[in-house]
Amino acid sequence: MQKNNRIEHPEERERVITIRDLNKSFGDYHVLKGVNLDLYDRENLVVLGKSGTGKSVLIKIISGLLKQDSGTVEVLGKEISLLNERDLQELRIHIGFSFQNSALYDSMTVRENLEFPLVRNRKKLTKKEKDYAVESVLDAVSLGQTINQMPSELSGGQRKRIGIARTLILQPKIMLYDEPTAGLDPITCLEINGLINEVQERYHTSSIIITHDLTCAKQTGDRITMLLDGQFNKVGTFEEVFNTEDERVKSFYEYNFIE
Amino acid sequence: MFYELYLVYQFIIKFFKEVFLPPYEGKEIMRQCYQVGYRSLALISLTGFITGIVFTKQSRPSLAEFGATSWLPSLVGIALLRTLAPLLTALISAGKVGSSIGAELGSMKVTEQIDAMEVSATNPFKFLVVSRVLATTITIPILTFYTALVGLLGSFVNVAMFEETSFSGFISSSLESITFLDIIASTIKAILFGFTIGMVGCYQGFNSSKGTEGVGKAANSSVVIGMFLVFIEEVLATQITFLFRT
Ligand SMILES: Nc1ncnc2c1ncn2[C@@H]1O[C@H](COP(=O)(O)OP(=O)(O)OP(=O)(O)O)[C@@H](O)[C@H]1O
Ligand SMILES: [Mg+2]
Repeated sequence: MQKNNRIEHPEERERVITIRDLNKSFGDYHVLKGVNLDLYDRENLVVLGKSGTGKSVLIKIISGLLKQDSGTVEVLGKEISLLNERDLQELRIHIGFSFQNSALYDSMTVRENLEFPLVRNRKKLTKKEKDYAVESVLDAVSLGQTINQMPSELSGGQRKRIGIARTLILQPKIMLYDEPTAGLDPITCLEINGLINEVQERYHTSSIIITHDLTCAKQTGDRITMLLDGQFNKVGTFEEVFNTEDERVKSFYEYNFIE
Repeated sequence: MFYELYLVYQFIIKFFKEVFLPPYEGKEIMRQCYQVGYRSLALISLTGFITGIVFTKQSRPSLAEFGATSWLPSLVGIALLRTLAPLLTALISAGKVGSSIGAELGSMKVTEQIDAMEVSATNPFKFLVVSRVLATTITIPILTFYTALVGLLGSFVNVAMFEETSFSGFISSSLESITFLDIIASTIKAILFGFTIGMVGCYQGFNSSKGTEGVGKAANSSVVIGMFLVFIEEVLATQITFLFRT
């Protein structure tokens, strides 16, 4: 069940994301309370946490969709909150964001969905180069046959894969997965977990994987951490994180297997 | 309430900022223009035609009392061009186009498609809002003149049933009393209506709240607010052109 070729000491690698003392509130609700987190080059970091703890908020801040109240978020050496519109766009090309509900453009075919980021950001590509890029990401998620279908004709698992393919097409350095396995059956979950690891190897991405699925955490995470009451507890292997007396962690673990 | 107005103000300012900055979304604008025209054309043709017939029929007795039925074409021409065509077109577009913009952007917002665009380094405001607002602003004036034309056609059908008249004779007498000011005023009014309908639909959709009921609400308020503003603008525009006429 454990991840094959887990990276042993990612901490020795270069840092690609550095988060320090990050705070974010919505009205009276203090969601993130002084979060610190590092993501290292080409590692998979799993972020666990109950629903509503602010996991999605965290990666939305990383990708500049939301603004933090205070604290610093450095991505590939750049402080997100200080970037102007154009530099932010520039940086976003290197960040792939796989949405919780896939967020495919439902007025476009699979091909148009995949081409969209290319057409927008690589204006000089020829038709042949575009086709090649589309085919190669479709191949990476093994869904070549769906190329002319509409998103509404795809299953949940297929939508997830196409969503991931769409973010891969710009060959990002960082991947942010928001609940990649939520709402999928166990077998499809295993496939998605496999895909996440494949992406890591094939595209050399550094990834943050948000989930509350412990199998997913075990199979994809080089390191694991848990968001509890607005802060991260220990970052480490699966065993290190769950070998604890902290009631909140224990109950999370048990709840996962009751389900 | 005032905060909401401030947000609307910001939305409009943002539009004017983005509309002049490259890159220009020519292809997307064309596609949207086509959508706007395509969606409302059938209904507008029908309504315009019927309005032409009915208005002529209704006006005939009053004019006949003064023995002035020969004024009928020019009365219809003026009424259509000054008020009926712009208003009809705007109201129908608010219903058909405004609601579908509201619903479309609303569901894109709710399903995070707008966020997805943003993180794939595309400016969603420009791609979605600017192109749609430009499309309605360009297309609705064109549709307005089309409505006026179809209305005249309807009117001609009615007139031809009662009197010996040629189509060209009818058209030239109906255009006789139309002034340059009328055409300019109607064009400006239609541009304003188009802008309003596009803006309202986009604003409602772009700021739609989470959940499926948010989409329905966005579509609904696009129509209600759009029509309300169109009426207000119509009243103001009539006052202003009146000042110019006297
Ligand atoms: N744009 C927003 N405006 C107001 N409140 C928000 C916003 N986004 C998130 N929240 C609040 O922040 C909290 C955390 O939300 P978030 O989506 O990050 O949860 P999550 O950890 O991703 O949960 P889930 O597993 O259900 O996706 C929630 O209580 C939510 O109500
Ligand atoms: Mg979430």
